[in-house]
Amino acid sequence: MSDAVPSPGRRKLLARISIGLGCVGAALIGVPVVGFLLAPLFEAVAKTWRSVGPVEQFKNGATVQVKFADASSVAWAGVTAQTAAWLRRELSGEFVAFAVNCTHLGCPVRWLENADLFMCPCHGGVYYNDGSVAAGPPPKPLTRYPVRVRDGQVEILTGPTPIT
Amino acid sequence: MRFLRKAWEWFDARTDASKIIGPVMNHPVPPGTGWKYVFGSATLFAFLIQVFTGIALATAFVPSAGQAYESLQWITHEAFLGRLLRGMHYFGASAMVLLVGIHMIRTFLTGSYKFPRELNWVVGVVLLGLTILMGFTGQLLRWDQNGVWSTIVAAEQAGRVPVIGAWLARLILGGQTVGGATLSRFFAYHVFFIPAVIFAMVGLHLALVLRHGISELPDSSRPVDPRTYRSWYENMLRREGVPFWPDAAWRDVVFGAAVVACVVVLAWRIGPPLLTKPPDPTIIEAYPRPDWYLLWYFAVLAQLPPGTENYVIVGAPVLAGFCLLILPLLFNKGQRAPSRRPWAVASMVIIAMSVGVLWYQGKRSPWSPDFGATQLPAHVVQATDPQIAEGARLFFEKGCQYCHAIAGSGGQRGPDLTYVADKLTEKQITLRILNGAFNMPSFASSLKPDEASAIVAFLDTRKLPH
Repeated sequence: MSDAVPSPGRRKLLARISIGLGCVGAALIGVPVVGFLLAPLFEAVAKTWRSVGPVEQFKNGATVQVKFADASSVAWAGVTAQTAAWLRRELSGEFVAFAVNCTHLGCPVRWLENADLFMCPCHGGVYYNDGSVAAGPPPKPLTRYPVRVRDGQVEILTGPTPIT
Repeated sequence: MRFLRKAWEWFDARTDASKIIGPVMNHPVPPGTGWKYVFGSATLFAFLIQVFTGIALATAFVPSAGQAYESLQWITHEAFLGRLLRGMHYFGASAMVLLVGIHMIRTFLTGSYKFPRELNWVVGVVLLGLTILMGFTGQLLRWDQNGVWSTIVAAEQAGRVPVIGAWLARLILGGQTVGGATLSRFFAYHVFFIPAVIFAMVGLHLALVLRHGISELPDSSRPVDPRTYRSWYENMLRREGVPFWPDAAWRDVVFGAAVVACVVVLAWRIGPPLLTKPPDPTIIEAYPRPDWYLLWYFAVLAQLPPGTENYVIVGAPVLAGFCLLILPLLFNKGQRAPSRRPWAVASMVIIAMSVGVLWYQGKRSPWSPDFGATQLPAHVVQATDPQIAEGARLFFEKGCQYCHAIAGSGGQRGPDLTYVADKLTEKQITLRILNGAFNMPSFASSLKPDEASAIVAFLDTRKLPH
C-alpha cells in the first residue's frame, strides 16, 4: 500500500482486464483441445467401392458373409479395420448387401441358412432373407450397402457403421 | 527417533501439516453410528484399489486398437503378477459399484441427504454416474470381441438421442466405424478424463462431509428442522461427540481392509474375466453382454415395447438422474427415521426388487435365441412313423429350436412346445407356423408343403402322457 491507493474505478478496470485475459487464455487452450476432440464430427463421410470377390463365386439364392476394409482406417487399427456384411445373391442373379448390425442396438446378426432367417444374439431380433423385420425389437429392416458388379467383381460401397 | 521427530517438527513448522490433519482426524462425530456408516469409506478404498492397480496395468496395456488384445493376453498369461492385478482391477470395480450402491441405499434409508447435507447427496449422485461410466469404459478396454460390440451398442444407444444422436454416436466411435481411433479415446476417458473428475468430486464430497459432519442416527422424535438443526447438531457434538479417530474410524479401517482382502482373494482364486475372441468385427459369432452390474439394464433394453424404445433409451437415464438429483431439494426436512417414512422404504423396496428381477432376467436372457441348441434325442421324439421323425429333424434344422424348447432342449424366446398339442389343434399349429404370430416369423415361404406337414405332425404328438 505504498503507492497511492488505487481508485475504485482503477480496481474495477484491473479486475476486468484480469478476468478478460484469463478467459482469452482459457480459450486459446480450449479451442484447439475441444476442436481436436470433436474432429470426428467434421470429417467427410468416407465411402469406397471394395471388391469382395468374383461374381461366379456367389451362388444364386445364397447369402454369405463377406469382409472388406473400412474406407478410412489408420495404420494401427489392426483387425478392427475390417467390416463384415451379408451378401445375398437373389435367384434372379441380383446382389443385395446387408450390414451385419442389427437395427435394434447394433449387435451382429447371424444368417441361419436352413431357417432362411437372420437372428440377433443380443435381444432376439429376427429378419427375413430380404432384411425385413420378422420378429423382436428391431425398428427397421437391416441396413443395405450399395452393391455393383465391375469387371466381373462384386463391389460393395463401404460406409459408416449404420446408426439407426 | 529424535532425528525423525526433529525432521517432522521442521516440516510441520513450514507446512502447518498438523494443523490441517489434526482437526480432520480429531473432529467430533455423533456417537453410536456403528457399522452402518462404513460403506462410504469402503467405496473410497475400492476406488484407491482401482487407482493403484490401474496405474500398474497402464504400464503394460497398449491402447492401440490393433494391439490392445495381445497386450492384455500378455498381461494375463505371461506378466509377473499380471493375472492377479487384472483380477484385482476387475473385482475392485465390482466392489466399488456394489459399495457405492449400498452407501447410497443407507444414505437414502436414514434420510441423511436432508438439510444441510443436500449437496453431499447431489455430489454422490454424480459420483455414482462416474462410477458406472468407469465400469463401462473399463469393460470396453478389455478390447476383445465383447468390448468392440459393446462400443457399437453404446454408439447405437447414443444414436437414439434426438437431433444430436448421430454426432454423439460418431464421437463414441471416434469416427465412422469402430477402428484405430476408438480404443485410444476410451483409454483417455477411462484413465484421464473420468478419474480427474472423480478426484475432484471425491474431494468435494469429503469437504462437505467435514463441513456438515456425518449425520447422527435418525430419531423419529426429532425431525429435521432447517432453522434449528445446525445449532442442535453442534450442541449435541459438544455434549456427546466422540473423536473421529479412532472411535469411529477403526470400523472404517477394519471394513476397508476386509474389502481389500476380499478383492485380493477373489482375484487370486477366480482371476480376471477371460478375454473372449479377438476384436475382429468380422467374427460375428458374438454374444455381447455387459458386466454384471449393468445386466439389469441389458434386460430393460430387451423387453421394451418397440414403440416406447426411443423414449426409454434416452429418457429413462435422464429421468432417473434427474429424480436422484432433485430428491434432497424436494424433501430436505422432516422425518429421517425409516420407520416414519413408508414411501421412502416402499420405493426402495420396489426399486431393489425391479432391479433384482431384471438382473435375473438379464442373467438368463430368455429373449436370446439359443444358437447352441442340439437336435432332439430319439427318446424325446419317440417317433411312431417316419414323418414324425422327419418333423423332429426339421424342427431343429429349420431353426424352430433356437426359440422354442421341447423337453428342456432349445431357446426360451418363444413358448415351450413340450406339450403344445394339448393347447393347440393341428390346424392352429399349421396356421401359426405359416403365418407367424406375435414375435414369430412366418415360415410360409421357407418351408415346402411336405416339410410344414412333417413339423406339424411331429408337434401334434407333443402331448402330456396320460
